Amino acid sequence: MDDLRIAILDYVRREYLEEDDERTLSPSTRLISGGIVDSFSMVSLKRFLERKYDVKIPDADASPEAFDTVDSIAALVERLAAVRA
Amino acid sequence: MRNGETIGPALLELPRTEVRPPNIGSWEEARKGFAWSVAERELGWGRGDPVNIGWNLSDRICRLGRAQKPALVWEGAEGQERCYTFDDLRVLSNTMAAWLGERGVGPGERVCLFLDRVPELYLAFVGILKLGAVVQPLFSAFGEESLATRLLDAGTCCVVTQRKHLPKVRRARTLLPDLRLVVVVDAGDAKLGEGEVAFDLDAEPRVESYEVFPAQPETPSVLHYTSGTTGQPKGAQHVHRSLVSQFLTTKWVLDLKEDDVYWCNADPGWVTGTSYGIIGPWSNGVTQVVLDAGFGAERWYSFLEKRRVTVWYSAPTAIRLLMKEGLVPVRRHDLSALRHLASVGEPLNPEAVHWSRDAYGLPFHDTFWQTETGCIVVSNYPGMPIKAGSMGKPFPGITAAILDLKTFEPIAEPGRVGMIGLVPGWPSMIRGYWNNPAGYAKKFANGWYLTGDRGTVDADGYFWFVGRDDDVINTGGHLVGPFEVESALLEHPAVAESAAVAKPDPVNMEVVKAFVTLKPGREASPDLELEIMNFVRKRLSPIAMPQEIAFVPSLPRTRSGKIVRRVLRAQEFGEPLGDVSTLMED
Repeated sequence: MDDLRIAILDYVRREYLEEDDERTLSPSTRLISGGIVDSFSMVSLKRFLERKYDVKIPDADASPEAFDTVDSIAALVERLAAVRA
Repeated sequence: MRNGETIGPALLELPRTEVRPPNIGSWEEARKGFAWSVAERELGWGRGDPVNIGWNLSDRICRLGRAQKPALVWEGAEGQERCYTFDDLRVLSNTMAAWLGERGVGPGERVCLFLDRVPELYLAFVGILKLGAVVQPLFSAFGEESLATRLLDAGTCCVVTQRKHLPKVRRARTLLPDLRLVVVVDAGDAKLGEGEVAFDLDAEPRVESYEVFPAQPETPSVLHYTSGTTGQPKGAQHVHRSLVSQFLTTKWVLDLKEDDVYWCNADPGWVTGTSYGIIGPWSNGVTQVVLDAGFGAERWYSFLEKRRVTVWYSAPTAIRLLMKEGLVPVRRHDLSALRHLASVGEPLNPEAVHWSRDAYGLPFHDTFWQTETGCIVVSNYPGMPIKAGSMGKPFPGITAAILDLKTFEPIAEPGRVGMIGLVPGWPSMIRGYWNNPAGYAKKFANGWYLTGDRGTVDADGYFWFVGRDDDVINTGGHLVGPFEVESALLEHPAVAESAAVAKPDPVNMEVVKAFVTLKPGREASPDLELEIMNFVRKRLSPIAMPQEIAFVPSLPRTRSGKIVRRVLRAQEFGEPLGDVSTLMED
């Protein structure tokens, strides 16, 4: 797993799960449709990504589908970072 | 913009499904000589049948010959499936009632359901009513502070929860002297503490026969907490007679028929999820399906297709999220079983009505009601022309009017804005706010129940929503009280003062925006903003989390020092600031 996915996974685990939650998260775990991150909390996740990776995520790209897995989030961040570069 | 365009019933006559007359018949005819006794007769109350809602949702349906019909078809986030017949519902709710009774829970005591949409939530809801206790459903995404506030106010004696929510319950419990029993429905090998007990629905001996508590029509049944402008959330107290309205509105507005498969995607932590996600469909003996998963267009369409859902009750926020995903995912699925769509929570914009007609071949029918009303009070009905963007017309038996904002006299003139008022007395109207008679008294003026919503009525008698008459924030169909958010903000070590207001949002209609001043030595930064957002989310809920925080040098105040939210709100909505002559100058 690359650093980007590790960092996002760590953030999700830290912010959206209880400390003693024993669920295993992987880059393909369903976050939104799986009920781990709700659509309101997506905003704080989006802010985290924008801050940490210095990207601007357009509202049109910030859909529940795009934020549903760490893999899809990482792909979005990578795409936006590439455009910025 | 096609606001107000009429969509005639002809559009419903699509070849995809057999067209049957709507249950309501014609709205005009239904209003003539209407009496709620029509529902009481159908429920058998004249024969002396039990009034208890729990009995009516399960035993009564079995007695009607539907014992082996599926009551609940449940699907979990990982695709797990469970199916419960009405006889299962009868027996398992007996089991839950007996089990709680054996552990000292008695009639009238408040039992909180702090659960995701797992089967135990639905079965326990019925069981607690059979026991004669009061069900207090709470949204499982609430943080410990929101949980503690509501449990403390209600003097709740028992919480039924899941292992994943146990840490929040434990943290809240330190503040709750009345809470003596915590029931964990999926404890497994978890180590439980004092006063914590495991309940395993599959392992518990089934109770075939149970003496249901002899509830009277005015016996308390369900306690839902709702937010207001001032103070902490208020407990809206419903009674068993609410069934009369919930049964009939489900039948006439949602048009449920015996062979329907019904999906209400609201969480039972909110009133829609109980009035129309439990009581309404089951009192009509209808199969309902539940998806215990978050939003996802593909997931939702697969669910609709797989379960052959015929009637779907949703919300504008969800519909707008689906609109964002476009028509492509719709076309990948066979949604031909759908025959009726309805929506609640916030005004349904005309674009959503038209989009749903294009996407599903059916328009969403907007419905209007509140936690306090307990049932739909204004609606668009099957068979009645829809004016896109309108709330519709009052339900038969409900008298609604637009009231002058100062005199609370009805306004005869079409199109003039006033407060939407209702003549009190329908069966499911709340009987009070828990521990708060003064708050309840404020909901009435000049013989009218005041909804707190502003609207207009047109010459054809259709009602139109204009906006809230107070500072309450309606986000995604959920009401958030600014006071609760402001209190949580003040608990953050960097925050000196706070104000929470609504900000317009294209998906959720409104979201929470916070204005804060910082304590000396603290500096505004993007990291601090995110920290405060997450701080509020964890204490209260994701819904109450400010989606934006403005760091300001000072907040607008009256000369007496009160923060004036309306000025901040007006700025957000681009509206005139109104009278600012009484504000303090910086």
